[in-house]
Amino acid sequence: MDLSFTPEEQAFREEVRRFLEQRLPASLRRHVLEGLHAPAADTVEWQRLLHRQGWGGPSWPTEHGGTGWDPVRQYIFEEECAAAGAPRLLPFGLKMVGPVIMRFGNEAQRRRFLPRILSGEDWWCQGYSEPEAGSDLASLRTRADRQGDHYLVNGQKTWITLAQHADWIFCLVRTDHAARPQAGISFLLIDMKTPGVTVRPIVMLDGGHEINEVWFEDVAVPVENLVGEENKGWTYAKFLLGHERANIAGIGSSKRELERLKRIAAAELKHGRSLAEDPFFAARLAQVEIDLMALEITNLRVLSAEAEQRTPGPEASLLKIKGSEIQQALAELMMQAVGPYALPFRVEALDGGFQGEPVGPAHAAPLAATYCNLRKTTIYGGSNEIQKNIIAQLILGL
Amino acid sequence: MHFNLTEEQRALADTVQRFLAQQYGFEARRKILRSPEGWSREIWGKLAELGLLGLQVPPEHGGMAPAAIETMLTLEAMGRALLVEPYLASAVLGSALVGALGSPAQREALLPAMAEGRRIVVPAHGEAGARHDLSRVATVARRGGAGWVLSGRKAVVVHAPAADLLLVSARTSGAVDDQQGISVFAVPPGSPGVRLIPYPLIDGQRGADVVLTEVSLPADALLGAEGAALTALEAAWDLGVAALCAEAVGVLQATLDATTEYTRTRKQFGGPIARFQALQHRMADMLMSVEQARSMSYLAAMVATSDDLRERRRKLSAAKVVVGQACRFVGQQAVQLHGGMGVTDELAVSHGFKRLMAIEASLGDTEHHLERFITESR
Repeated sequence: MDLSFTPEEQAFREEVRRFLEQRLPASLRRHVLEGLHAPAADTVEWQRLLHRQGWGGPSWPTEHGGTGWDPVRQYIFEEECAAAGAPRLLPFGLKMVGPVIMRFGNEAQRRRFLPRILSGEDWWCQGYSEPEAGSDLASLRTRADRQGDHYLVNGQKTWITLAQHADWIFCLVRTDHAARPQAGISFLLIDMKTPGVTVRPIVMLDGGHEINEVWFEDVAVPVENLVGEENKGWTYAKFLLGHERANIAGIGSSKRELERLKRIAAAELKHGRSLAEDPFFAARLAQVEIDLMALEITNLRVLSAEAEQRTPGPEASLLKIKGSEIQQALAELMMQAVGPYALPFRVEALDGGFQGEPVGPAHAAPLAATYCNLRKTTIYGGSNEIQKNIIAQLILGL
Repeated sequence: MHFNLTEEQRALADTVQRFLAQQYGFEARRKILRSPEGWSREIWGKLAELGLLGLQVPPEHGGMAPAAIETMLTLEAMGRALLVEPYLASAVLGSALVGALGSPAQREALLPAMAEGRRIVVPAHGEAGARHDLSRVATVARRGGAGWVLSGRKAVVVHAPAADLLLVSARTSGAVDDQQGISVFAVPPGSPGVRLIPYPLIDGQRGADVVLTEVSLPADALLGAEGAALTALEAAWDLGVAALCAEAVGVLQATLDATTEYTRTRKQFGGPIARFQALQHRMADMLMSVEQARSMSYLAAMVATSDDLRERRRKLSAAKVVVGQACRFVGQQAVQLHGGMGVTDELAVSHGFKRLMAIEASLGDTEHHLERFITESR
């Protein structure tokens, strides 16, 4: 047992750090570190910069153009990127549909789709949930009916993150209506420009437009866009969910947010003294810091199991639950730290270029919106209650 | 970065687990608890044979220190079995203190005998007004005759009744809460002026208040330099915190296992109560709490003897906070989910509950360590 990183891993960390110092643009960095709205262009620019460095696929094997980094290096990379304020890489291509295409797609699909994910040319979104199929995903009703060399897709998907920017959507669709719910689902890749696809924004509680409904009305999808076998989509979806959860603890970004919280607390006053010295606040802050420390070790334990070729298992549910709770706790403390100035809500002030007259400290402007926004973390990716079901059933055998 | 054990470590863990599973079952333990001494010399002898009493003893004195991982594995197994022998008191805290403070002659006189199970050496440090503060010592030692004279009272000295030798801290100079001026003395419990007020503790282990009235000691009863024992006490206590975290993980896992097993077999409303989601989610929360505690126990074992004092203190305190909170939560919920059976003396769960409660309150409780974490983070 050894918790220290090897000299090679430390050298790798230095290499990543140097790259970030030299190549991560200051404007992108600022949006993240100050909690401002990062435009979609930031995400694309960052993916392209990484691609030029040969790092476009940090979690991908070399045979598909990835870096071939082991889980520990991927972790170090994510941690350094988060600390430096790099935009979050889009998970939909890199961590979701990409691995599914690698594992279950055919050679033509791999050649067609994978390089464009790495280069940032294609923006993917995820079409899973439906109005009547949330946690109970297998009850989805969007249908794909085979008609010659294409499927005709009809239905409605919802909670589609950043679909307004997307070139492609990967969807779970029902292809067999007689089979039991899980057995009649297929995994389909759909070009967002296809006639009959409509994107409608859903404005969220923080005033932001991050989420959409996507409607399909007689959308013709070529059969070559089916991944794997018809009616086997549920298997692929479960594979994908495992991958999604393995990276969901968000240790790196929570460490960065903890530092932001400390900066804010040091600058705020209570009884005329720094809030950081207030024993009540200090105790709450320390509790989150300690919980995060424990989760980091737990995450490293899961990684080291993964490095020994054991696939991400149900312990990923623990990472998801604890990781999301910590994200929310940090946002809550930041908002609390600024007192009344958490309440003024000027959406313009959340954009990088805001020139208006500030009210309150600049660090206060985005905090309430972030607090509201992060309520999603315990709901998405399999709600925390679903994750507890998974722990109860798959780990505890109840 | 890896969490693998060496072949030898795995073999050691297997041996300890097998030994305790065979000889330290619930009924055997119960018999030991009810014996006059409240612990078993036979078991102690076997722990010595297995080499476990020498894990904090350096090789030149017959032990195998440093052995951070081995200590962790041993304590985890002992926690699972709810071992009541004075392992933490003597084989961890006592050995560490003698090793850090003793002169070569004192070390040679004590450590081999401790490793072989022939002597039990227990620190007597805490006092009534000190709570968990290691530097607050009111017991006084003054020079007298050819040596020292001690007076004062030591509070809740765990396993003092088992001790062949007490390591008593006393102030040789300074005010009651000065960092400097604390010394440690080897005090045979039978010395004139030493009186033990023995009692069982809530978790079944034994303890005593130690009253010292004008206790005369020879000059060589002093361990280490006069007035400079605090560093060694802190180091021993930190090692103890890591050991306690490991023990807690053993108790926690056993308690969780007993709870899942109980809910699978207990039938109400026509089926096992484990099918109810309210209970399932509670046990999922318990599991997360146990796993976070396990992670921190690993971290604690890694930093327990670190030379970077600030990091050592920060991380050990963080570990004790996570473990202490897990002790409370898992212990309470295990009793709750066992229903009426949980509040009887008949099942292991209530015994585990009480040990978890004692662990939380020992070597600095959660609040103490949260405060130390904050102080050391500044």
